Amino acid sequence: MSDAQTINRQPRAANWASDAARRRVRRRYAADRRLQAYGIIAIALAVGLLGILVTSLVSTGFPAFVQTKVDLAIYVDPSKVDPKDPANGNFRALVREALAPFVPEGATDKQKIDVTKILTSDAPYIVRDYVVDHPDTVGKTVTLPIAVSDPYDQLQKGVIPKEVDALSWSQVRYFERLQTRGVVAEEGGRTSLKLEVYVDPARIEAGPPPSGDFAAVARDSLQAYLPDVHDTALFAMLADDAPDALANRVAEDPSLIGKTAQVIFPVAKPFAQLANGESPKVLNPRFTSTQIEAFDTMVAKGVVHMPFNWELFFNADSRFPERAGLAGAVTGSFYALLVCFLLSFPIGIAAAIYLEEFAPKNRLTDLIEVNINNLAAVPSVVFGLLGLAVFLGYFGLPRSAPLVGGMVLSLMTLPTIIIATRAALKAVPPSIREAALGIGASKHQVILHHVLPLAMPGILTGTIIGMAQALGETAPLLLIGMNAFIPSVESMGILEPATSLPTQIYSWADSPERGFVSRTSAAILVLLGFLVVMNIVAITLRQMFERKW
Amino acid sequence: MEANVARPIIRVQAPAAAQLSEEVLPSHELKMTARDVNLWYGEKQALFDVSLDIFDSSVTALIGPSGCGKSTFLRCLDRMNDVIEGVRMTGDITLDGENIYAPQVDPVQLRARVGMVFQKPNPFPKSIFENVAYGPRIHGLARSKADLEEIVVKSLTRAGLFEEVKDRLQESGTGLSGGQQQRLCIARAISVNPEVLLMDEPCSALDPIATARIETLMDELRKSLCIVIVTHSMQQAARVSQRTAFFHLGKLVEVGDTTKMFTNPTDVRTQDYVTGRFG
Repeated sequence: MSDAQTINRQPRAANWASDAARRRVRRRYAADRRLQAYGIIAIALAVGLLGILVTSLVSTGFPAFVQTKVDLAIYVDPSKVDPKDPANGNFRALVREALAPFVPEGATDKQKIDVTKILTSDAPYIVRDYVVDHPDTVGKTVTLPIAVSDPYDQLQKGVIPKEVDALSWSQVRYFERLQTRGVVAEEGGRTSLKLEVYVDPARIEAGPPPSGDFAAVARDSLQAYLPDVHDTALFAMLADDAPDALANRVAEDPSLIGKTAQVIFPVAKPFAQLANGESPKVLNPRFTSTQIEAFDTMVAKGVVHMPFNWELFFNADSRFPERAGLAGAVTGSFYALLVCFLLSFPIGIAAAIYLEEFAPKNRLTDLIEVNINNLAAVPSVVFGLLGLAVFLGYFGLPRSAPLVGGMVLSLMTLPTIIIATRAALKAVPPSIREAALGIGASKHQVILHHVLPLAMPGILTGTIIGMAQALGETAPLLLIGMNAFIPSVESMGILEPATSLPTQIYSWADSPERGFVSRTSAAILVLLGFLVVMNIVAITLRQMFERKW
Repeated sequence: MEANVARPIIRVQAPAAAQLSEEVLPSHELKMTARDVNLWYGEKQALFDVSLDIFDSSVTALIGPSGCGKSTFLRCLDRMNDVIEGVRMTGDITLDGENIYAPQVDPVQLRARVGMVFQKPNPFPKSIFENVAYGPRIHGLARSKADLEEIVVKSLTRAGLFEEVKDRLQESGTGLSGGQQQRLCIARAISVNPEVLLMDEPCSALDPIATARIETLMDELRKSLCIVIVTHSMQQAARVSQRTAFFHLGKLVEVGDTTKMFTNPTDVRTQDYVTGRFG
């Protein structure tokens, strides 16, 4: 059969009613549905994970948005605060006196000092700042809300318990092993251990009265029952008076020295409770009983309350979580982003316009283009190293300063802005350029009057997205040291040491105090809030400037 | 197209321009001339030895099948090809006897003297007023605001658009209908008082009524301007032009008086094309 015949032959008429055809239709619909399902699953997964992230952040961060405070009535004693020089008063004493009504009767001096630790360590400075601002309060009583220290804040918020388990999991295990061996018994109303003790003549002298290290012998005998355990927590099982039981036994019968005898040792109280089926509790070691008593009095008198934590936004950093805020970090980030914007926006647009509109297409511009795209993918930590080596090391710019931070961040945002700007310029329809050229506009007039205004929404979107990336960037800022401890916003400037939101989050996340856990989440929420706002601005700007053509 | 290739090609040299100017429209002055224009897009040659005379106060239509180089030639007349990368051109094109490709000629100024209207209406996404005022403003044609307003009103009136838009000069030019947009583009082009107006298929995106309006407008405008129009529509060429040039495969096949071109063409290819046998 020749080719011409093959081509000219009519195709077989399709039988649309056949089983095969129906199967094809069914398969096609199934494939459509599958594709749709994959998309829905992917979106559901993404939304679900985002939901988990936000939920966990909100639930952890929520406590940081309120702060436990005590309304403390403070008598500003003129004998302690000189009205002429209020800044140098003895404010520590004022605070101590103001706390006196809450201190339990007959407290020792040490206990009184313990009670002052319910309040934040900054309490005297809070009072001082207030009195310096209001010198007329000297000689009067003022009521100031003063933040409580972190453990009491966490206690009031229910994050940490007042009492904790007295025994560790392993201590419970050891006791249970002794119970199964039948060593534990009730003797004389006390839970006791019946232990075989070798009364070592090398360690115990007959006396009378017998002397020696009874405690060590008791410990050794207990150890002998659990030879595989190498844990001093085991010996907490013996009550404080357990060695006395051995001493008394030897005093009664000095002939035991050198022999092995059964001695009944009383067990410590928590283990006795355990034997009775209770779960033994002790006061959380962060608190003392006097403090708890004083704090309970405060709660009973209704001076403890939990207002919105404005300090989180208006205070700078502090070593004490109850006083730490984000103002310094926000200011530092603002300065760094300002520098970053002022550098990368004009440079980025200028570079993009040259590359897109003027540059000849040759190997050099191809190389530049490839490298710009590569720069956008360079890990930010590398830019941080570059900043460290060049800006700090070579140019000798100040360490930790937002100026350098902004410069390093602009290295990161520049490629983003250049790529976005070039895409936006490219998206301007050629008909607009031709129209302007056709009427006799020069190249720069075409670009400045027509192309750039039309590309602006795209450029702004790219810039804001670049800025949002820069706002969240941590590694380069850490490398140039922009995670300084900034306790006061007033001292901040472009050339002064600063911190930024992400580095603040980093250092809070690294802090051991319990209060920083929720503050870290709260700071992340604030950072996310800024990012959302920036993206909303980007979308709004785009819609505002977008023109139809 | 296929049929044409099989036919023996009769080589007809494009008539020498000097000859033409004597026999066709002797009342009109020579405005632009093209001599031996060759043009390459990279390696591909798009125009072969095109020589054409364009006369003042008349409409010259460039016709021919798609891809024959008529638009390319039109763009040579105001150096719009300069901005396309990889374009190379030889030959001379003059405007009032002056070579527009001479090094001392500024293409930007040239484009103010030789205006252009494009296939698709392309008003700036700005107000109607701004669309027309832009050209005079960048060329410093208006000394005052009142001056500028006068130019805008005059240009819109000449383009036959003023009556329709006089109440909404501040509204966006892109909000107009297709035909109105194209007339706005014409108003924009004539706002800088060009001597020549190039039109690249100005009606191909318009409905017949809008097309008719633009054709009437061209007839008005040619009293004061030299118009060169590229068109796909033979009827349009016959209606609006005084002279017609037929391009085929990058070559100027034949040029002459429109009436003669459509009734008694010299070249068999022209005859085939105008009678609709190919193209």
